[in-house]
Amino acid sequence: MAEFLHQLASGLALGGVYAIMALALVMIYQATHLINFAQGEMAMFSTYFAWKLIDSGQPYWLAFFATVVASFIGGAVIERLVVRPFANAPVLASVIVFIGLSLIFNSLAGWLYGYSVTSFDTPFTGRPWFGSGYMSAHESGAVLVTFCVLALVYVFFRFTPLGLAMRAAAQNPVSSRLVGIRVGWMLAIGWGLAAAIGSIAGMMAAPIVYLDPNMMGGILLYAFAGALLGGIDNPFGAVFGGFAVGVLGNLIGAYVVGAEVKLSVALAIIIAVLVWRPSGLFGRRLVARV
Amino acid sequence: MADADGALRALAALALGVFALAFPFFASGYHIYQGAQVLIYAVALLGLNLLTGFNGQISLGHGAFFAIGGYGTAILMAKLGVPYWAAIPVASVVCFVAGFLFGFPALRFGGLYLALATFALAVATPQILSYKGFDAFTGGSQGLSLVKLRAPFGLKLNADQWLYLLCLACGAALYWAARNLVRGRIGRALIAIRDQPIAAEAMGVDAALYKTTCFGVSALYAGVAGGLSAVAVGFVSPESFELPLSFAFLVGIVVGGLASLGGVIFGALFIEFVPNLADQLTVNFGESAKALPGAIYGVLLILVMFLMPTGAAGAARAAAGAVARRLRSRRGAKIQDGGSAASAAAKYGGKGEAT
Amino acid sequence: MTQPILAAKGLEAWYGPARALHGVDFEVEEGGVTAVLGANGAGKTTILRALSGLIRRAGDIRFRGRSIGALATEDIARLGVAHVPDGRGTFIDLTVEENLRLGAHIRADKQGVRRDFDRVFGVFPRLAERRRQQAGTLSGGEQQMLAIARALLMRPNLMMLDEPSFGLAPLVVAEIFRILGEINRDEGVSLLIVEQNASLALDLADRAVLIETGMVALSGPSQAIRADDAVRRAYLGY
Repeated sequence: MAEFLHQLASGLALGGVYAIMALALVMIYQATHLINFAQGEMAMFSTYFAWKLIDSGQPYWLAFFATVVASFIGGAVIERLVVRPFANAPVLASVIVFIGLSLIFNSLAGWLYGYSVTSFDTPFTGRPWFGSGYMSAHESGAVLVTFCVLALVYVFFRFTPLGLAMRAAAQNPVSSRLVGIRVGWMLAIGWGLAAAIGSIAGMMAAPIVYLDPNMMGGILLYAFAGALLGGIDNPFGAVFGGFAVGVLGNLIGAYVVGAEVKLSVALAIIIAVLVWRPSGLFGRRLVARV
Repeated sequence: MADADGALRALAALALGVFALAFPFFASGYHIYQGAQVLIYAVALLGLNLLTGFNGQISLGHGAFFAIGGYGTAILMAKLGVPYWAAIPVASVVCFVAGFLFGFPALRFGGLYLALATFALAVATPQILSYKGFDAFTGGSQGLSLVKLRAPFGLKLNADQWLYLLCLACGAALYWAARNLVRGRIGRALIAIRDQPIAAEAMGVDAALYKTTCFGVSALYAGVAGGLSAVAVGFVSPESFELPLSFAFLVGIVVGGLASLGGVIFGALFIEFVPNLADQLTVNFGESAKALPGAIYGVLLILVMFLMPTGAAGAARAAAGAVARRLRSRRGAKIQDGGSAASAAAKYGGKGEAT
Repeated sequence: MTQPILAAKGLEAWYGPARALHGVDFEVEEGGVTAVLGANGAGKTTILRALSGLIRRAGDIRFRGRSIGALATEDIARLGVAHVPDGRGTFIDLTVEENLRLGAHIRADKQGVRRDFDRVFGVFPRLAERRRQQAGTLSGGEQQMLAIARALLMRPNLMMLDEPSFGLAPLVVAEIFRILGEINRDEGVSLLIVEQNASLALDLADRAVLIETGMVALSGPSQAIRADDAVRRAYLGY
């Protein structure tokens, strides 16, 4: 029983990471109807940025917030320079560009920081704040951070004028322009936000999966599975999906197939969703296109 | 189309064919092996181009079908004693079926969902291949070893030469098949589905069936390539089939030219030699040069989409078109409208010229 | 004679490669009402889209003397031009309140916005009742009111409306046009109204322009247009 609870608890911690990444994916999908395949590598690169700051002596939380801000700016810049020119191009072109971006970030990290696996510090040490016995201090801290991030994002979009303008721009760009919203900037800010919360996911994941240029590949896959499971156009669904995939992955990995094939659990979830409920648990009904 | 165009093309094809046939008899052993690798990649790229260039569907997971072909061949040969000339076709058919079945749910909702599903396939495949439960078949993370090829009927060819000619024969046959497919009714249907899916459906084209079959066929091509690769290397292991392989295939067709069958040679040469180049640079610049191929691939993917959506083949066609026009105008013949090659290259993806 | 709030000379517009407007001239007086009439497909909606920069356009377009032909849509809106598009342009997934708040997006004066909210709810009490409802669940008439209310919250100098009567019951339409008249008289908001319902539009307008296949067929004071025989027979039905 204790083992089960332990798997459940650590599944929640990882699930929080997946939930944040899934939310980032959904944010970009809602605004552009595109899936950012480079989200994982961008998050990994941000995590290395934080690591570099910490390594050079900066206190953790300073590095944390500096990374979040830098990632926000980076995300916005990437949107304006690399993504925007393909706004009216076929989907294939954008996917190719995203793969290109992910290759660039991956190589850049490998070139700047090497390919050896590094450890990444966690600010959460000592006894866990809750779930002690089943969770490590970092895991409980990560779950807390996840909920903070999700709450902040929710409040931002629901209650602030900028959040409202961004929602409007995503839903109806033409009407948004007619009321004076600068839709282009909204897109850039959206990418910036997605990159910022992605960086948080990376920094929460690194102490668990260790820091190396390929650390986010699997995590991105779980995030995809979570986003699809919850509904790619529904932020709440994506968050739920992320947690669900985290817990399911751990449980199935521990009791059914073995932890070394957890990735195939994600693949199985994706295929199952596409076969039985393509719009996800909470998404809008998908119409089968020709 | 003007005579000069067609004549130029036939001449180029002939020269290429002669060079390709003569190659294994004047090149050194390792270069012949590399030539075989290029041909193997070209076959995989043919398949992917059929899918992505002509039918407009994205696959980020063709490395997985390459793996199925490779492992299928290896298992048949190593565990069941099947000779290579039977193992590869059987493994390819398995790939076709796998591709067809996988495509079925994944294709229904458009490019992004297929991209997601194939991405998942590519990421999960190495784990599945090294799964301890399948150890008996796959050899787990150690992989499987195969006997080296030998030329049949006592022909005076060494292993590398025979391998190369085998790959050349397969490549030529599959290229010919793809070309006929693309130029015929099926090819037109595929292109119609890519460009105007609703109109195609309204005209009675069963889009779902065509798309799924196209996916199966492209998986088959990747399977043949995988099988040949297994035989060439003499070894398969999960590490040979990770995500970067699928990305490399994508780079190959983008650089070579989407919807250009002839361009796959450029793409194959590219993805064969760029990592080699990078490896050589690690000697001078140390470990960090390992990052070079990825960086080059990434930058090129974006640059090509920006500047040259029709890839190297499109650029070559445009150049050839320009040369042909000069020849024509020198002869004083009537100048035709823009030149077929140039105007085809002007449209993204091209009209699907087979060369 | 004060300068017109909106003046277009030689306005052309394209949908892709197809030209839809072939050199249209007209004006809206400061504080006036101009009606744009014409049959289906004549190019009336195209005019508004061109003025707002939603489609490719060319020609001399001036707002209070200032050239806006090269401005982006959102910048034209920020100058004080409220375009109520055909189909209402409601944000159907947002609430009524959120739709209205978007109208006030560009405004900085919180007090003024609060007052305008009260005023708008006073003019359209049904919107007040449905404040927290999702805008997509409103009836056609209510959505039209919502669109106009949203435009009002922009505190525009010029309101451009595309077929405000479309698909609405006569009583509702009458109410809407009454309110438009009030807005024009009491607040001094200039109006440019594209309408298929010629009679209604001519009642409200002081000037009118008749468009046929992307060109101006007739233009002048609304009295004159109303009296014109050809217009009477073709568009007024008697």
